[in-house]
Amino acid sequence: MATLLELAVGYALVCVLAAMLLCTLRLLAGPSAHDRVLALDTLWMCGMLLSLVLGIRYGSQVYFEAAMLIALLGFVSTVALTKFLMRGEIIE
Amino acid sequence: MNWLGMHGLDQAPPWALGVAALLLVIGASIVLIGALGLLRLHTFYQRIHGPAITITLGTGSILLASMVVFTAAQSRPVVHELIIAVFLLMTAPVVSMLLMRAAVYRDLRARRLDAGVTAGGVYPAPPAGE
Repeated sequence: MATLLELAVGYALVCVLAAMLLCTLRLLAGPSAHDRVLALDTLWMCGMLLSLVLGIRYGSQVYFEAAMLIALLGFVSTVALTKFLMRGEIIE
Repeated sequence: MNWLGMHGLDQAPPWALGVAALLLVIGASIVLIGALGLLRLHTFYQRIHGPAITITLGTGSILLASMVVFTAAQSRPVVHELIIAVFLLMTAPVVSMLLMRAAVYRDLRARRLDAGVTAGGVYPAPPAGE
């Protein structure tokens, strides 16, 4: 079962990195600005998942705190970007 | 390759490691499917559904796997991944709604009526010249 978990962690790393690559392609190609914001938000989420999987891999709690910070910063930055898309300015 | 002995997982029950491996594989596959949907779907209003399963099911499965692994490794309940889960379940609809409202506003403003923004005539387009 331990070998199974090692294989699963490797598969999860490959899948999350491939998902980040696809999000980057959409970020570069996205025809409109809100497409790019959506791709950036998904990229934040994938970065958080990558940190969680690395936490399982190395058995450390530090990665959990990094994942929590990434989640918080992703939410705040996406909200700021959508405010910018709506109004053209962030702080009114 | 033998890294599981490092953090006490060699004494963990085997079924817990199997459950964690299954959850990891399911979550990672769902994350990949969501990103594939983000890349492959045609309009923005279809594309926003791809990351939704990434955030809910994929993140939920990987967070559960992390909880199971650390609970098995430390022989005590480790549930602080619930903080991330609760935070994401609160913020994901907010982000979706803000992004969708910004997209509808911008598409109607720019009169990109072929992008699916009018939803078959449910949302009227503003008059031209505004």
